[in-house]
Amino acid sequence: MNLAYYPGCALHGSSNDYEQSLRACLGTLDVQLKEIDDWICCGATAAHSLNQKLAVALPARNLALAENKGFREMLAPCPMCSMQLLKARKELAESEALRRSVSEIVELEVRGETKVLNLIQLFESIGVDKLKAAVKVPLSAMNAACYYGCLLTRPPEVVEFDDFEQPRSMEKILEAVGGKTVDWNYRTECCGAGMTMANEQTVLDLSHKILTNAKQHGANCLVVACPMCHVNLDMKQPNIEQHYGVKHAMPIYYLSDVVGLALGFEPEALGVNRHFVPGVVRSADLQSLPRAERGVSTSAAGLKAGATPKDTGVKAGAK
Amino acid sequence: MSVTTAVSARSDVIPQVESLAHTRIRDCYQCGKCTAGCPMAAGMDSGPTRLIRLLQLGQTGKALGAQGMWQCVSCQTCSTRCPKSVDCAGIMDALRQLSFERGVTTPEQQRTVLFQKAFLANIRRNGRLNELELIGEFKLTTFVSGRSVSFLLKDATLAPELMKRKKFHLVGEKARDRAVVARIFARCMDGSHL
Repeated sequence: MNLAYYPGCALHGSSNDYEQSLRACLGTLDVQLKEIDDWICCGATAAHSLNQKLAVALPARNLALAENKGFREMLAPCPMCSMQLLKARKELAESEALRRSVSEIVELEVRGETKVLNLIQLFESIGVDKLKAAVKVPLSAMNAACYYGCLLTRPPEVVEFDDFEQPRSMEKILEAVGGKTVDWNYRTECCGAGMTMANEQTVLDLSHKILTNAKQHGANCLVVACPMCHVNLDMKQPNIEQHYGVKHAMPIYYLSDVVGLALGFEPEALGVNRHFVPGVVRSADLQSLPRAERGVSTSAAGLKAGATPKDTGVKAGAK
Repeated sequence: MSVTTAVSARSDVIPQVESLAHTRIRDCYQCGKCTAGCPMAAGMDSGPTRLIRLLQLGQTGKALGAQGMWQCVSCQTCSTRCPKSVDCAGIMDALRQLSFERGVTTPEQQRTVLFQKAFLANIRRNGRLNELELIGEFKLTTFVSGRSVSFLLKDATLAPELMKRKKFHLVGEKARDRAVVARIFARCMDGSHL
């Protein structure tokens, strides 16, 4: 599978661990990502809130760059980017006049035809059967709370993805790679999103509720498919713990982390060792398997930063 | 003629909100579903239902002076659940913008808009977001408006933690064709297109 790749600013900045893990995974699943040449920022909440024209034009430029290279599909692993791209695409598809004026503004002909996929949709199109067949280490000790946040499913008429109140798509992927998932209440509640800088207290309050609810329902980790959710729940978790005087110690994985771990990648190959909250799921899993089947000597050490990645027999070095 | 249209003739705020949010305020029939699902409602003086009611009644001063919209995290739950397809989250955005422009905001409230403005200015220059530059600029402008030293220094300890994890670039990425980005911004800002 060959598809255009729109990383967005976060995946080339402080969420580069997300890019590392999805590149590793997709490399072994025969997906070739072609990064869109000279892509620009989608404008995110700022454009959406302050200037409606920019909120269409910035994503439209990226759609045009992909379309003009002949791509029919594009992966946008950040839900903010993919929502902005989809919104622009929908508006462009509905109006010939808008297509003409936006094409002038962005100096490229834009048709709004390229399909935009989030990471869950890409895994779905790879197929549950293919994922199952590729599993090397079933994540049997994982009890994951799948967290969708806001923009994967909202606004539903724009993203047209899954059930916006009771989504199940991430659970299906996790179950395919041998993990268990929990039923819980905060799957589509907001973590505070882009308020991290401007209004940290809001992020701490909302994210604390999410972590608390996940734990109450028996989760031993949270799985996300959004760089902002990861920042708020992982990077801010020490602040949340300090503020509320509790210990959550809840590892936050990107969806591509857990798929990658199941495919046999070491945490370092996926960037899991660069998270703020240390992960435990993989080591617990490996301990539940006979030593010979593990193919690795031990695993706890693998979670420490700087440990040497071990050869797992999976197409090595995929990054 | 409905109450709302009678009032909107006397006030420019309502048409401005409606055009910014692409939604009709009179469509709301006050069922309260937006506020019921709002994760921030508990901390709002006026939740989305009440803010929209204030607008319907022409009490625009009260709406613009409220604190409710500054709590909004743009999660879109309200707009998604509205049985009348009112874009409540869009109304929150519009109220923030108008309230900011009219200068009826506190320094804490201004942070949300100042962050968004700094974000756009950053993209306009670089084509892509430069996180370090954005944080620097945002901290500086909020310090000028609010003079809060604690806010200025907050998160300073985070930088080394991010660097240790190679999650932070001292020199951010830039798009190559930044001239086209600047032209796109100029065209969108002057209002002659779209």
